[in-house]
Order: sequence, then C-alpha cells, then structure tokens
Amino acid sequence: MNAATHERLARLLVGAAAAITIALLVTVVMGVAAPGAAHITPSFLFTSPRSMGREGGIAAPLAATVLLLGVALAVAAPVGIGTAIWLTEYLRQRWLVAFITFATESLAGVPSIVFGLFGFAVFVLRFRMGWSVWSGGLTLALMILPTIVRTAQEALRAVPPGYREGALALGATRWQALTRMLLPAAWPGIATGMILSVGRAVGETAAVLLTAGSALGMPRHLGDPARSLAVHLYILAAEGISLEKAYATGTVLIILIVLVNALANRLARPPRAGKERWPWSRRPSSNSKKSKSVTMTCRPSPASRSAFRARR
Amino acid sequence: MASKFIGITTAALLLVSGCARTIDEKSALAGSITVAGSTSVQPISEVLAEHFTLTHPGVRINVQGGGSSGGIKAARELAADLGASSRPLKPEEKGLHEFIIAWDGIAVIVHPTSPLRSLSLDEVKAVFAGSVVNWRGIGGPEGTIMVVTREEGSGTRGAFEEIVMGKDPITDRAIVLNSTGAVAAAVAGDPLAIGYVSLAAVRPGIAALSIDGVMPSAEAIASGRYRIARPFLYLTAAAPEGVVRAFLDFILSPEGQAIVEREGLVPVN
Amino acid sequence: MAAVEPRASQSSGRGARHAEVVAKILLAASATLAAGGILVITLFVAASGWPLLQQTGWWAFVSGRVWSPGTGVFGILPMIAGSVLVTLGALVFGCGLGLPAAIYLAEFAPRRLAGAVRQGVQLLAGIPSVVYGFYALTVLVPLIRRVSSGSGYSVLTGGIVLGVMILPTVVSLSEDAIAGVPAEHRLGALALGATRWQTMVRVLLPAARSGLVAAIILAAGRAVGETMAVIMVTGNVARFPSSLFDPVRTLTGNIALEMAYAAGEHQEALFATGLVLFLFTMSLNLLARAAGRRKRPG
Repeated sequence: MNAATHERLARLLVGAAAAITIALLVTVVMGVAAPGAAHITPSFLFTSPRSMGREGGIAAPLAATVLLLGVALAVAAPVGIGTAIWLTEYLRQRWLVAFITFATESLAGVPSIVFGLFGFAVFVLRFRMGWSVWSGGLTLALMILPTIVRTAQEALRAVPPGYREGALALGATRWQALTRMLLPAAWPGIATGMILSVGRAVGETAAVLLTAGSALGMPRHLGDPARSLAVHLYILAAEGISLEKAYATGTVLIILIVLVNALANRLARPPRAGKERWPWSRRPSSNSKKSKSVTMTCRPSPASRSAFRARR
Repeated sequence: MASKFIGITTAALLLVSGCARTIDEKSALAGSITVAGSTSVQPISEVLAEHFTLTHPGVRINVQGGGSSGGIKAARELAADLGASSRPLKPEEKGLHEFIIAWDGIAVIVHPTSPLRSLSLDEVKAVFAGSVVNWRGIGGPEGTIMVVTREEGSGTRGAFEEIVMGKDPITDRAIVLNSTGAVAAAVAGDPLAIGYVSLAAVRPGIAALSIDGVMPSAEAIASGRYRIARPFLYLTAAAPEGVVRAFLDFILSPEGQAIVEREGLVPVN
Repeated sequence: MAAVEPRASQSSGRGARHAEVVAKILLAASATLAAGGILVITLFVAASGWPLLQQTGWWAFVSGRVWSPGTGVFGILPMIAGSVLVTLGALVFGCGLGLPAAIYLAEFAPRRLAGAVRQGVQLLAGIPSVVYGFYALTVLVPLIRRVSSGSGYSVLTGGIVLGVMILPTVVSLSEDAIAGVPAEHRLGALALGATRWQTMVRVLLPAARSGLVAAIILAAGRAVGETMAVIMVTGNVARFPSSLFDPVRTLTGNIALEMAYAAGEHQEALFATGLVLFLFTMSLNLLARAAGRRKRPG
C-alpha cells in the first residue's frame, strides 16, 4: 500500500469515527425529542403538573429548576471567582496555589452521589433545612464550584501581563486594576464558565433528589422543597407515570442545554479588534496562534476552550 | 456581578412568595405539611393532596419520596409530618400511629407473549428463590427465567418477601431495579422475564398472572382471595391534629376513598 | 460578596489601602471556603464510614466477596470489579470512537464541519444522565439481549452507555492535546515530505501523548462516578460477573440503591463504599495531573 492510499484510508477511518459520534448524538437526541416535541405547547410550559404529572405541564419543575440554579450561582459564583482571583492575582506561595487548585479539582472528581449524601446529611438533617431549595442549591453550588474556579482562573491567566503592568504604572491599586481592567477583560471567559456550570447543574438528578426532594408543588420560597426538571423526568420515567410527559420533559431539558451552550459560545467569542478597549495590548494573538492557523483548523477562543475543557 | 446575582434571586424569591400570599386567606385551615416515604405511595399521595388543597387553598402538602423505610424513619424522627410506607411495619418499627389509607395488590408480571397465565404461590416462591431456573420447571416453554426484583428497602419488595418468600431470600442472581417503571419496562422487553409491581402499574405490554387461580383485582383483594396485597400506610409519631388530622379525615372520607379507587387501588372497606 | 465598593477606594490613599485589605481578606476567605469544601466532604464521608471499617477491617471490606446487609456481611469486591469492568468497557468504547474523532476534528475536518461537530459533542455532554439511562433501558438493553444469551443487563450494556457519556470528555480533551502541539512540529514534518497522516501518527500523537493519557484518565474518572444511567442498565446484581453479558453492580449503584433505607451498620457500610469510590476518583485525578504535567516543565 503506498502512502497516498494509506493516507486516504486513514482519513476515511477517522472521518467515520467522527460520523459515528455524530450519529450517536442524533440518535439519542431524536430518540427523546421526536416523541417529545409534539407535546411541548405553551400550556405545557406554563401550567403545573396535575395527577403526579400525568396531566398538566411543567411550570412548577421549571420554576424550581430556575430557583435551584439561582441559589447555586449566587453562592458559587462569588466564592469561585474570588478563589480564582486570589489564586491568580494575590497568592504568591506556589505550593499553596497548587494545593488549593488540587483541592478544587478533586471536588470536580467527586461523584454526584457523594455530594448528595453530604448535602442530605449536612444541609437537610444537621442544619435542619429539610428538603428545600436552599439545601439543593447549596449542594449544587459545591458541585459547580470547581468549574467556575477553573474557568475563571484560566480566563484571568489569559489576560496579558501588560494590562496589570499598565494599570499599576498609572498608580492604580491592585484592587482597582482588578475591577477596572482584569475582570472586564476576563469577563467573557468567566461568564462562559458560569453558564457551562449551569448546564451541569440543570441535568443533575441524584444529588438534587436527595437534597431538594421531589415535592411537586410550586416552591413559594427558598425553604420550600422543590422538584427540578431532571428529577421530574426521572420520576415520570422511573415510576412509569407517563412516557409522553417524560419525553416532553426530556426534550425541554435538551432545549435548555442547547440554549445554554449557544449562550456560552456567544459570550466566549473574543471581542472584535475594532471594539478593543485597550489597543496598546492586544489579546493573546502572538505567533503561536498565527502559525497554528497554517494547519487550517478552526480553534475557538481560549476562553471557550478552557471552559469546555473544564466541563467534565 | 456577585451582587447582581443575589439581587436577581432575591427578586425571584419576593415574586414567588408574593404570589403565594394572595391565595392564603381563603379557607380557615392553613399550614404546610410534609408527606415522605414510599415511592409507591407517592403518586396517590400527590393526587390526594391535589384534591385536598382545592378545597383548602391555605394548605400546602409537600409529597416526598425516599422509600418505605425512609418514610418510617422520617415519621419517627419528625423529619416529615406523615411517613408513608407500602409495607406493614416490622415488630421493631412499631410504636407509631398507623393509618391504612388504601390496599394495593402486588401483581406478578410476565411478558404478554408468555403462554403461562397462572402460577401457584409456591411456584412463584420457587422461581424467586432461584430453585427453579428454567420456565420448563413450572410448566412453561424451554428458556432460562430472568428474575427481576426491586432494591432492598423498597416497600414493594418488603411486602412481596413477607407474603411470598417467608424466610427464604430472593436469589442473588435476580436483576435489581429501583423503580416500578423500570421493572415494568424490563418485563415488557423480555419474553423470559418475571417480576412484580403494584397492581396499579399493570398496563398493556405486561401481563399479570393469576396466583393460585385468582386474578389480581380490587374485588379479589378486598375479599382476601388474592393473597399478595399490602396496605398503604400513613404514619405519625404523635396523635394527628390540625392539618394532618384534616388531611387524614379527607382521605378516609367517601370522597377520598373514591379517588383511591379511581387510581387503581383498593379502598379501605 | 467579592464586589466590595471599588468606588470608595479611589478617593484617598488610605481608602484604597483599606479596600485592598478588605478585598484580600474576602478573596482569601472564598479560597479557604472552596478548598475547605473538599476537606469537609472528605472528612464527612470518612468519618461516617470509619466505624464499620474499624470493625470489619479495611482488607476484609474491600476483598470480601459477599454483600449481605441483612446478615451484617459487608464485602465490596464484586462492586469494585463491577466499577472497574464497566469503566474499562466505557474506555474501550469511548476512546475507540473518541480518539479518532478527535484526530479528525483537530487535523482533517473542514473548518465549518469541525465547528458544527464540536457543538454537537458539547450538546452530548449536556444531556442529563437520566435521559441516557432511560433511552438505554428501552433500546440498548433489548438489543444486547437479542445478541447474547443473557438478560441484556450487563457489563457490556453499562460500558456502552458510559462510553457514549464520556465521548465528549475524550473528544474535547484529546483534541485540545493534539491542537496544543507546537506548529513547528507540524511544519517540520510536512517540510520533510511526510503526509498529513504520517505527521499525525509519527509526530503529533507522540508529542501529544501526555495530554491524551490525561484525557483518558479523566474520562475514566467520570465513568467511575456516574450513577443514574448505570443503575438503570447494569442489573445491579452484587455478584462476580463471569462474562461480559453478566449483570454487575457498581460502587455508585450500591450507594444509590440502598441508601434510602439503610440505617446503622449498613449505612456506615455504604459510606465506606463512598470512601472507596472517593479514593478511586481521587487517585485517577492525581494520575491525570501527573500525566498532564510531564509535558510542560515550568
């Protein structure tokens, strides 16, 4: 076999692998969406479930999902971004940086069922929060913390040192340099990380079931128990209540994920050159990036890449 | 950006709680109670709660899962106002106030194409104990039996073990699935499978066997002729009062029992 | 919380210094909180499982072949085997498909197509595991049953489902690793007359090896920790499997199945299972870090 045939064959094989990957995606998505899409109507989205979800819609689980995510983000975003800032901009002891980075990354490797056990024993029982939006939201916050820390860390690192030097040279304090220059510059990457972490939290089932519970009512405040969309889907399917509604709920979940991904991709796109706020120090577009384009591949921005990488 | 998020959640919170307040004062009865426990009881609890809150808009009933054993524990530890169990209490679990809200049959199910339509209780026991592993052994066609059971701690399994298995354990070769729907789907998908689910969950695609010549039905369960039946229990740590009392009264009223019957369960007398 | 009034800081030098100090404290506090989270979770799981491990002994617990909570016998070797086998299956399937797909995306795919595929793979990562489990239960289990003599609930089924679930991790991380090889390598190889494929096999893949290994290990970590989908398709039988078509129970499945009703000793045994699982994923993480680091010193 000569080199040319070899080359063609090899390309065919790797191309086929990519095609199979996509075929799998289409199969799973269509397998759920095809039977589900027809049932998604405005009334499905805006009425609450009746007779355990066999009738009615998904308003309550939808609201519960939003509240859970809201709590999770409100807690995890400040803590996560704060941690990232401290690690990249303040802390000088390298071993401590390594240790904290390792600790947060390990948090990413903890199976969700372990988070569920923890949240149940600590928030639900010990702190007497009961099954509630609070318990579920705090548990989710712990789960998404590593993603937020990691993406924010990478986004901050990607800001050229010139930004910092320039700001400090102008007499700004570190905090001023941070809030006026670094955070705005790193913001797309940070936001992408938060959105992607929301994507993970939306689909979480085991941990939410153990901590937020599975009550079907519309949560009135954060102390109320709540059933998220993913838990609702699980119960509909697992208890055999209604396959139609299960498919429809699954489709809504997939649509949510698509929206979240689209939003993340949009934000991650680097600002156009014309809109650049700091023309004297371009974003990381040094030789390495230029020469890479010779290979004719399309790379997303560093921010989206790091965010994507963090998502496991 | 942090404060923005907190602002948004607070706004959402105020909005949600504001909505709830307006409907509050309609009925004299008000308050919020939690029912937790058996996932088999959860659906009927939800339907009952839905009807109850129609006439008592000030009341809120949160229905949680957690399993029968979890429900018993929740009632004892006051984690829930009402614990729900789909099996009778064991001697060491006694000491709670028990209210039977309905009876449920446990149907032994097979694939609709199976030629078998009837088994004796002893044959069912032999199959689930693993002493008969081929359908031929109980008068069926050649083929290895795929036994499907529920997870330990499930009330359905607890009741099945108590009534059918006695002291013998379920074979450790049985497939373990953790929900009614999963067992039904497993049996619906395999001509050689046998499992057990709540009678209310029997649907087209799976076939219930008659046991000792009796098909499971509301009448057969009420008269005691169909033997694999279990109570759906509500449990409280103290004598019920207030909203809990009112809810229990509603469930045991003719109206409540009519709902029980409509959902495929057997009313209490 | 981190958003302390920055405006106050610009008015005077002292104000700025105050803000600086407050900011530093808040930032340090949040980092402590984040790092503390992992410590607290570890301690919590360890403390909850410890009494049982003391009683039965570590070795007896991880090497015991019988799991019988009713009689107080707790051995999780079958579950360890279950987790390992299902994860290996997932790696064979996920990497067998994911690595070539990543190669295609990184070097051979047309720009627009690569972008579209990347988005699709991202979507695959976002689908809740319940959806996979539910889909596999209704489609894959009957399929496996038809081609084997078993029940369809098996090591193989779990491996395939998890393989699909880790595809996004494998594809995106390996693509990163390949794309991260300095362009000079590529140009050099092409200048020497190598074809694109030869460049890939002889130059890029070896150069990206550590990143690829890290990707595979991280994917394994994800597979080991997965719960909801696995529980629906592996059959959850706490016995040693003797073939690929035998049902198994995984460590996560063991916890999720029995936690709801467990009490006392049994509950401790489940937490101890959680601890073993935790050590598993933790060592995978460490391995991945070690593999990923070898490449770039400093």
